[in-house]
Amino acid sequence: MPTNKSVSKAPITQFVNCRILRDHKLQREDLWVREGRILDPEKLFFDEEGYADQRVDCEGLIIAPGFIDVQINGGYGIDFSQATSNVRGGVALVAKKILEHGVTSFLPTLVTSPPNIYHKVLTEVKVQSGGVEGAGVLGCHLEGPFISLEKKGAHPEQYLRSFQSGGMLDLIETYGTLDNVAMVTLAPELPNSEKVVRELAQRGITVSLGHSVANLSQAEEAVQNGASFITHLFNAMLPFHHRDPGIVGLLTSDQVPQDRTVFYGMIADGIHTNSAALRIAHRAHPTGLVLVTDAITAMGLPPGRHTLGQQVIEIQGLHAYVAGTKTLSGSIATMDMCVRHFKQASGCSVEQALEAASLHPAQLLGISRCKGTLDYGADADLVLLDDALNVRATYIAGQEVWRK
Amino acid sequence: MRLVILEDYDLASEWAAKYIRNRIIQFKPSADRYFTLGLPTGSTPFGCYKKLIEFYKNGDLSFKYVKTFNMDEYVGLPRAHPESYHSYMWNNFFKHIDIDPANASILDGNITDLEAECEAFEKKITEAGGIDLFVGGIGPDGHIAFNEPGSSLVSRTRVKTLAKDTIVANARFFGNDLSKVPTMALTVGVGTVMDAREVMILITGAHKAFALYKAIEEGVNHMWTVSAFQQHPRTIFVCDEDATLELRVKTVKYFKGLMHVHNRLVDPVLSIKDQ
Repeated sequence: MPTNKSVSKAPITQFVNCRILRDHKLQREDLWVREGRILDPEKLFFDEEGYADQRVDCEGLIIAPGFIDVQINGGYGIDFSQATSNVRGGVALVAKKILEHGVTSFLPTLVTSPPNIYHKVLTEVKVQSGGVEGAGVLGCHLEGPFISLEKKGAHPEQYLRSFQSGGMLDLIETYGTLDNVAMVTLAPELPNSEKVVRELAQRGITVSLGHSVANLSQAEEAVQNGASFITHLFNAMLPFHHRDPGIVGLLTSDQVPQDRTVFYGMIADGIHTNSAALRIAHRAHPTGLVLVTDAITAMGLPPGRHTLGQQVIEIQGLHAYVAGTKTLSGSIATMDMCVRHFKQASGCSVEQALEAASLHPAQLLGISRCKGTLDYGADADLVLLDDALNVRATYIAGQEVWRK
Repeated sequence: MRLVILEDYDLASEWAAKYIRNRIIQFKPSADRYFTLGLPTGSTPFGCYKKLIEFYKNGDLSFKYVKTFNMDEYVGLPRAHPESYHSYMWNNFFKHIDIDPANASILDGNITDLEAECEAFEKKITEAGGIDLFVGGIGPDGHIAFNEPGSSLVSRTRVKTLAKDTIVANARFFGNDLSKVPTMALTVGVGTVMDAREVMILITGAHKAFALYKAIEEGVNHMWTVSAFQQHPRTIFVCDEDATLELRVKTVKYFKGLMHVHNRLVDPVLSIKDQ
């Protein structure tokens, strides 16, 4: 058929024989892509009298928006918190490998580190679009060092800091720059945190509460100042108490401004959170749940000892401990494993499980118009899965970047 | 006329779809000679469209060399609105088949010069060589397309204000809120459809029975515009049992007795696989 496309001569791909996640439901619809974005086929038909140049037969698979991992510390031997001679190469390696897990965008995460690490790494790791070379970097997640001593978890004590110079000054001194920073995890009970939270939020940087002994009021105040995320709910914070639920109470707090949602990260690897606790959180606040891997260097590597930040960790099966202790040091589950485990443990629908890894993190980061959805105009970052939610293929900007 | 009576909605839809399929395949359309089809919207033809899609998916029918002209479209309703006739045709037909988008014509109800749009549509039909088969439905008030009671039986494509009956009938698609239903539409005229070489009217359901009675057992009357087809040389009415409830027993018996003749039109059913 002769082409008559008036808007663009770029080739159009039509994914057929698939079920797509749209409007919170899996629907039997074709997915159309042009110039890296989801295309409205009805407009194409009537306005441009256009049609597809090539068809991809998905053989009945599910197409979901590509997963977004907002907390990943490294993997495959790479540790984002280490200032190696090839920081960019390390990020690129992980970015490439996580395509196999359906992750199309991520936030390289740095645990508490000395200033020189931040200064080095943050100048090397830039926001960049994904593609055949790997998942896109949306910015860095700085988890620390402005966190609580008692809840440091696996973070090195000697590099913890406070807002002694008033707040932002400490931040700039420590990090060196806020360019390419997408998220900061901090403990809101630290004096002078309010100004920091407000300033970061204003700059469009997501503020997350974590590694903290804050009570509910302190957490609520932080949310009112702009905080919108909770770093790995339940872990590294005060346990839920019925007279002071602490940070966990944010899930059902009535002090959260009307137009805002508090999101919370969950490591659904079957280890970091008991399934019953996962279900309590999910049932209390299903639309805020964001699946994260919190994956560490050892993810993707065989059992044994490996480095994370300034410490050594040990792998035993699916568990990763601070060497010589029983303190969990991070997870080695992959994002698709988390999606499967979350669905199985919570009993949620396929749609909810997929949205927890795509739509919700996109909403958290304020990018849900172009990421985390298959709405017309959004970036065509896709993950093709079978009914058991195993990843079969990954696409970025409409281009196949991995196939099983 | 031929009055083809099938037992229920599904059988009527299937018969109609087979008929359309055979007409297209017999015509042997090609790049130099397109088959032109007039098309309706609404709940009546829904089953017929599903069947046609099935035929395409099975490889028995192709719409590559078919040009379509829809009967009508609301005025002022955004084209992307789920109740626009563009949306109906895209979701229920076009997106599932292999028609060339350039060959699917639907009136544009959002254009500034509506009269010019209507004239252009008539011209487009003429340039396509006229309509080979115009498929239509019937409203409860006996209207064809949006040719409401009182429409001239020789009318052409134009803007029409919808009758109260029609607005009420359509309210169910607009959340039962009468204020949300469009009040005007562009429609092909009775004369436009009469110009087609063949006309097929689909009528199913007891609520259409009275209109069918008025259309074929009473006189030609502009209050029941489908009655105009009594003066067309080749019209087929395809209906289910329920739609015949207001007809004379004699009429129904006569045409049922002819079913073996009518069925030769759809049996054997042709396929492009055999060409």
